[in-house]
Amino acid sequence: MSTTVLFVLVLAGVVGWWLFARQLTGRPWELAQRKLDDSHEGATLAVSPARTGLWVLLAVISSFFALFMSAYGMRMMLDDWRPLAEPSLLWGNTLILVLSSIAFQWTRVAARRGDRPAVQTGLIVTGFFTFAFLAGQVLAWRQLSASGQYLHSNVANAFFFLLTGLHGLHLLGGLAAWARTMLRLMQAGTALGQARQSVELCATYWHYLLLVWLVLFGMLLAT
Amino acid sequence: MAYVAIADRDTHLHDPQTFVTKYIWSQDHKVIAIQYSLIAIGVGLVALVLSGMMRLQLGFPDTFSFITPNNYLQFITMHGMIMVIYLLTALFLGGFGNYLIPLMVGARDMVFPYMNMLSVWVYLLAVLVLLASYFVPGGPTGAGWTLYPPQAILPGTAGASWGIILMLVSLAIFIVAFTMGGLNYVCTVLQARCRGMTLMRMPLSIWGIFMATILGLLAFPALLVSAIMMILDSLIGTSFFMPAIVSMGEQLAYEGGSPILFQHLFWFFGHPEVYIVALPAFGIVSDLLSVHARKNIFGYRMMVWAILAIGGLSFVVWAHHMYVSGMNPYFGFFFATTTLIIAVPTAIKVYNWVLTLWHGDIHLRVPMLFAIGFIFTFIHGGLTGLFLGNVTVDLPLSDTYFVVGHFHMVMGVSPILVVFGAIYHWFPKITGKMYNETLGKWHFWLTFLGTYSIYLPMHYLGILGVPRRYFALGETEFIPDSAHIANESITISALIVAVVQILFIINMVWSTWRGQKADPNPWGATTLEWQTPDTPPKHGNWGPKLPEVYRWAYDFSVPGAARDFIPQNEPLDPKIAPGRDHGVHA
Ligand code: HEM
Ligand SMILES: [Cu+2]
Repeated sequence: MSTTVLFVLVLAGVVGWWLFARQLTGRPWELAQRKLDDSHEGATLAVSPARTGLWVLLAVISSFFALFMSAYGMRMMLDDWRPLAEPSLLWGNTLILVLSSIAFQWTRVAARRGDRPAVQTGLIVTGFFTFAFLAGQVLAWRQLSASGQYLHSNVANAFFFLLTGLHGLHLLGGLAAWARTMLRLMQAGTALGQARQSVELCATYWHYLLLVWLVLFGMLLAT
Repeated sequence: MAYVAIADRDTHLHDPQTFVTKYIWSQDHKVIAIQYSLIAIGVGLVALVLSGMMRLQLGFPDTFSFITPNNYLQFITMHGMIMVIYLLTALFLGGFGNYLIPLMVGARDMVFPYMNMLSVWVYLLAVLVLLASYFVPGGPTGAGWTLYPPQAILPGTAGASWGIILMLVSLAIFIVAFTMGGLNYVCTVLQARCRGMTLMRMPLSIWGIFMATILGLLAFPALLVSAIMMILDSLIGTSFFMPAIVSMGEQLAYEGGSPILFQHLFWFFGHPEVYIVALPAFGIVSDLLSVHARKNIFGYRMMVWAILAIGGLSFVVWAHHMYVSGMNPYFGFFFATTTLIIAVPTAIKVYNWVLTLWHGDIHLRVPMLFAIGFIFTFIHGGLTGLFLGNVTVDLPLSDTYFVVGHFHMVMGVSPILVVFGAIYHWFPKITGKMYNETLGKWHFWLTFLGTYSIYLPMHYLGILGVPRRYFALGETEFIPDSAHIANESITISALIVAVVQILFIINMVWSTWRGQKADPNPWGATTLEWQTPDTPPKHGNWGPKLPEVYRWAYDFSVPGAARDFIPQNEPLDPKIAPGRDHGVHA
């Protein structure tokens, strides 16, 4: 649980410090404060609601994975734990996921330039790498099953299948957003339209899932 | 800030035309709030009936042949889970959160209305899956609301094959629904406030709901994680939680899993959950007390900070639910300490409520009665919490009726009193009609006194050592006859309290159709929801122009002002000096 507690404390610390430094010390009933407050525009952060929503969602997903890692850490200590030898294919998959993240970043830069053809190419390349990653993960599963390492053989295996599977599911969710972005791009004709914001948000999500994967992969390798 | 307040950008506001888009697939936060509330109250009534059945069995054992030990455990489980999650969490956040947030911060709607609409329908799905467990082989799970493995999925526990799976799946669906709603509540509070509405000008109701939502967003994943692992343990035979075990003379294939791991995960969710329910109640009750005592809330900043502190601390006390599960004594010491520390901000809030009443111009209307009733029951439950927070005191009391008394006072009765107070308080705004005051007062007194006569004796039973979750006590030496009499009396009170709730339902239904037309701001409240151009507020809430805020939410009885309240959207009158000079502001 300490992983999770740490995560929550860091999160609370950052948010709390930030809020305190800025807004939580005012005395709203005093005249001086009142003058300041009257000119406040209303929003707390200078970002769009969609981006705020994305960051909050990422906090939720982080809590989810941090809890799994806590559970992993606690379960690992018990006697029946038999470490799993991770298939070396995972290194290749990791590389592909890194590439997909790079491709998305490139797309994002193109979107900021307003370069529609580049955005389209970028999205297709990203999609390709992402599907390749998922296929690679499935292949890794099959390699394990072929060597007699099933989900229920040992709890280390169970964690492995579960964590990779859940990470993959989150990526699939991202692909749904990716598909919607493609659709928006088609609808927008020659301009970028709403696809621009979608690209921005999806790119953040991809980088985030890459980070999650690196942490998970590191943990799986180290144990 | 170059940013355009999104509340001003009307483009995303859809314009509902037909009956279906207006009242069923509605994206309007007010309609969604009512849908959430009605579903929650509906399923809450199921839980109420279940508690009646439990009490029948406990008060009059060997009388009702249709209640078997297994039924009894199923009632307990469904009752607890429904009350905590499907009623209170959904009602406070999905119901009040949805209704109050956009109105109180001056927005036209939530920031993601479509997701908000999905949230309520996914919530309904979760409720249906939960109730479906009554119709599957074996019935619902009887594992207790804490769902502890290994017994939750072992044969011999009711619903160990189907019931528990449906329960876990339903919880998972609920969490998805909650997350969709929660993103809305957080982002609307942060990003969609109207001009002049700084964070420190928000009413405390919003602070409570906001912090509770954050707790929910971070804590519910723990329940989801444990649900996923338990489903795998049950269906695929993994051993996350299941130790090597002999069940009914048969060695099962599980090996080495850790039931304690489940308890950690469950309570990492479970303790914040109690504050998910408590914080909105804290916030709302602060506003009710202030409005009906015509006084600014005592120590506003302290109240906000206390909400934040409680929210943060609630993540580091979970293991006080596990003192009897066995743990390193240093851990016990740590968790006892944090548990007692969290009582400090809680106590500060209680003092501030009482001091808000001090020298107030108290109007004992129905919402105020419920708010004051809350102070009583909450102090009560809080004090017994301090007992239980100490390891040595908790060991003999754990798993007795003392704990049942504690948590019902503190998270059963107290939040429910606030729910009632809040419904009466906002009823004129929601429906445009006035409720019947006399019926409301009867409802309050019978409920308030009735719940005391239910839960006070339970503390006594607990100190005697009467265990919780027992179908029947049988013949035991340490349980005197008086305990059986207490049990009978508790049952009778419980049945009366349950029946009395009909008064509330009649009042609500009748007043909605036949009640007198209500004034747009009958209580003389300052917050924005009472200043809408229409009552009930129309789609988009504010007519053509968004409100602007010029003051905090608690300008009551300001000396020199024409009325004893000044709405938040009323500009500063230079003739009335604001500030601490006249001494009403704390
Ligand atoms: C002064 C603050 C509080 C303290 C020190 C405290 C302490 C405790 C402790 C130590 C237990 C475990 C007892 C046992 O199982 O042996 C407990 C149980 C419980 N508390 Fe509190 N509590 C406090 C406030 C609250 C509040 C505000 C709520 C809800 C709004 C709450 C809800 C519960 C519930 C639901 C349980 C029982 C869970 C179960 O075993 O089924 N408590 N409390
Ligand atoms: Cu607790």
